[in-house]
Amino acid sequence: MLTLKDYEPIVGTQVLDELKLLGQKLSGKIVQHINSTAVGGGVAEILNRMLPLLKEVGVDARWDVIKGDDKFFAVTKKIHNAIHHSPTAVTPEEFDILLETNRENARNMDFPGDIIFVHDPQPIALVDLKKELGKKWIWRCHIDSSSPLIHVWDMLLPYIQQYDAAIFSASVFAQTLPIHQFLISPSIDPLSDKNRPLPREQVNGILDNFGLDRGRPIITQISRFDRLKDPCGVVEVYQLVKKYTDCQLVLAGGGAADDPEGEAVLAEVREKAANDPDVHILLLPPDSNIEINALQRGSDVIIQKSLKEGFGLTVSEALWKETPVVASAVGGIPLQISHQFNGLLASTIEGIAYNVRQFLHNPKYARLMAQHGKEHVRQNFLITRHLRDYLLLFLAMEYPNQDFVLL
Amino acid sequence: MNEPLIQARESFRFYTRLNLLELTGVKARNIQELLILIEKSPDSVVYHHTHHFLQQHVYLSPEPPNDFAYWVKGILGDYLLAEQLASIDIYDFNSLKELKEKICSVIKNYIPQNVQCIRAVPLGKEFNFIKAVTFVLPTLYQTKNLAEFLVALKKVTIHSLYFHIFESRLRLKQPTNDFSYWLETSLGEKKIADALNRLDPYTHTMEGLRKKICELIENRIADC
Repeated sequence: MLTLKDYEPIVGTQVLDELKLLGQKLSGKIVQHINSTAVGGGVAEILNRMLPLLKEVGVDARWDVIKGDDKFFAVTKKIHNAIHHSPTAVTPEEFDILLETNRENARNMDFPGDIIFVHDPQPIALVDLKKELGKKWIWRCHIDSSSPLIHVWDMLLPYIQQYDAAIFSASVFAQTLPIHQFLISPSIDPLSDKNRPLPREQVNGILDNFGLDRGRPIITQISRFDRLKDPCGVVEVYQLVKKYTDCQLVLAGGGAADDPEGEAVLAEVREKAANDPDVHILLLPPDSNIEINALQRGSDVIIQKSLKEGFGLTVSEALWKETPVVASAVGGIPLQISHQFNGLLASTIEGIAYNVRQFLHNPKYARLMAQHGKEHVRQNFLITRHLRDYLLLFLAMEYPNQDFVLL
Repeated sequence: MNEPLIQARESFRFYTRLNLLELTGVKARNIQELLILIEKSPDSVVYHHTHHFLQQHVYLSPEPPNDFAYWVKGILGDYLLAEQLASIDIYDFNSLKELKEKICSVIKNYIPQNVQCIRAVPLGKEFNFIKAVTFVLPTLYQTKNLAEFLVALKKVTIHSLYFHIFESRLRLKQPTNDFSYWLETSLGEKKIADALNRLDPYTHTMEGLRKKICELIENRIADC
């Protein structure tokens, strides 16, 4: 198992010393994370990496996953889309499915945490227990909530308002709320299988196994097969770039247990690709971290053409590997990419395609952007920064309404 | 050959400052709203928007000097006002109140002459006001002489450096910093203290600043 010491060559001793100092102030505190899936998707990935580190600095971090049936996950997917402002109707009867599933989970779970840290809308109504249990309750919204559909937000609001604090990934996601709202960006783990350095031969071997031609440029989007990631739009980007450069496209991603739409989207993408042999659609199992790592390292350009994005950590993953990135300026992506400084941003299919061509035709420029990108991620989007923010958040729960705390 | 090095009358404890960012939910859509909301903002908001870039972009200098200038230039597209806001030397101010007044006066003077330029930004491009919730804690490093100080200086985080160099002016309400103050009053090292005070911290990266201060001290130690 990795320890903080393993991060020393990447972030320096000083950063680790500060984490330990903060951890001492929280020693023995139980922080109970609750979400709806143990595998797949960014939340589970971050929690898997974060919990051992929290424990190492002295926080008694735990993690529970709520259970739900297909109906429940169909409703929560709709709620997810509605928070993203996708036209979606959620009826009161459907919302009742969420509430009843939350009640059922509440009856079957223990809540030993001093701080209950609830992730995303699926378990949001567990906070009803606060009246009975007390404790500090935090709701972490990993979704782009900048313009949620009002009828759905209004359903969630009575629950959000019961929390002591809400956490958002970007300032534009903040809402007018009567509770504290904190800004904490997610992060990547530079030592995970998905991000750790790989030998060139291993990268080449994986590209070969996927049938990719290493002699021609590869452009790649790594994402779940989800309409909000616009994989069909990415195929159109590729088709525009292909007019000038004989390139290949990789669309690679897995599904998550709480995402029932994946298969339908996958079928749409296959139809769009129309059997083009240079379009590689890779439906990867959840444990394909090394493969994703290799694809991000072996690609000439990474695209993240999301229409909405909670944060878009695949951008930081690619930047960390010094691969040039072209992305749409949605959600948390502008926090990760400053246009023409460490990557390129665009909003349309044509704009993304133009930027991909810029990188493919100007490798020195692409290289410079990518180098800046790696340093930007080192300072702002590694798990050690995320750990520090969480520790500060837990301390903030002990000093509510104070702007300045001398520890 | 200079004066020999001495033990400090009082030891120097390195502290560090860490910020948690709180979203206020308050947003400005045009320059007039920006002015009104800055005027109403507490120090912790002004502090965040004028200082966070120092810590966030440590690998590149120069950087956008404050969020207000960055938004006015990048979103409102008002280059003249952005330049005026960017030119405010925040190191000149010993209190956030004075700094806030200066920012407001620049905007106030600009608006009447440029009424035709006032426009609202599209949804999602508003200026989002953020507050820094600050935690200050002592580090493990406490030093009693210049040599120990140098060792610790190389080990502390940029957050600690930042606390002692930038934050100190606001805390001490004097045009100095913690390092210079201690070097002069406890070690009698006025020459280094003055040299350190003359450094322009806004044109260095934090690591560049660390290197510069270490060089000053290494030269002094070598001269003994």
